[in-house]
Amino acid sequence: MSEFIPMGGVWAVLLTCATFQLGQYLRKKTGSALCNPILISALIVIAFLVAFKIPNDTYQSSMKLTSWLMTPCTVCLGIPLYTQLQRMKRNLPAIMTGVVTGALSSLVIIGGICLALSLDESITVALLPKSITTAMAIPLVEPTVGLVPLTTSAVIISGIIGSMAGQAMCRLFGILHPIAQGVAYGTASHVIGTSRATELNELTGAVGSLSLVIAGVLTAILYPFAMMLFV
Amino acid sequence: MKYLYPFVVILAFTFLGELLNYFLPLPIPASIWGLLLLFAALRLGIVKLEKIESLGNTMIGLLPLLFVPPVVNLLGCWDVVRQNLLAIMGIIFLSTVLVFGISGKLSQLVIDRKGAEEDV
Repeated sequence: MSEFIPMGGVWAVLLTCATFQLGQYLRKKTGSALCNPILISALIVIAFLVAFKIPNDTYQSSMKLTSWLMTPCTVCLGIPLYTQLQRMKRNLPAIMTGVVTGALSSLVIIGGICLALSLDESITVALLPKSITTAMAIPLVEPTVGLVPLTTSAVIISGIIGSMAGQAMCRLFGILHPIAQGVAYGTASHVIGTSRATELNELTGAVGSLSLVIAGVLTAILYPFAMMLFV
Repeated sequence: MKYLYPFVVILAFTFLGELLNYFLPLPIPASIWGLLLLFAALRLGIVKLEKIESLGNTMIGLLPLLFVPPVVNLLGCWDVVRQNLLAIMGIIFLSTVLVFGISGKLSQLVIDRKGAEEDV
């Protein structure tokens, strides 16, 4: 297998895109949120790397193009924010109430449980900002003793939970309005939840973008205080 | 080459975001600066929506795919995570569900209280 590795990394991009496509097909076919394309694709890629003994670093360096695209693609979320602004302007108080309370309770819930379980400082500090997007969470954790790979994983798992179970949670909690749903997706599951929300409803996606920005900035400001409180 | 112009615009805002992230001592990443700047430019009419909307929406559609490699990266820190797996997964799951419920439900309550005048 290793003789394929120098071939410009096309195999890695093909594997990722094809398995993602399979995941989308399965979700459409089964209608089940459990068939999350990100999760299905990642699991197949992991199985493939393990089976053929290809180092993760080789895969990651072949996928440099996609990690590079992450920043400009996130910038594009400014477009639905603009097109949907009229529809959410009057609901700014509702959006702010949800996001501020959500961001605060995220820190308190995580910090509280970590303290109660007396987990190691390196874990607590890494988990605290896990509801915000990777690009915002990593710079917060990096200067501390926190485990950065754990932060990345926790952030992405939070995103996948929102993207998989978001609709079920909306029914469970009685979150019916597209704006309130957007607040929930953006505050609890950042960019991953928001990109799922955009597929469901453009307004929900736009509110998700706004919410993830506010939640991210707020968490960044409150992070040092949460560290003092819970570590 | 109808996608070249919008691609240049989006990259320009990404680059502006990187500059702000570099020069301003704030914990705001380049992608979020870029998002806010692009939004502001659309509001101010500096960038025309029709010119970038099609490519922009395509790129937003690409986002979930881009998160596959970071998930595969879990392989890299598996040893650390495994020792506290149950506690970590419990915290992630519980806090995500609670934050989702609290933030969404509170917004819903504020919207409900304002009644039918908000006809969105």
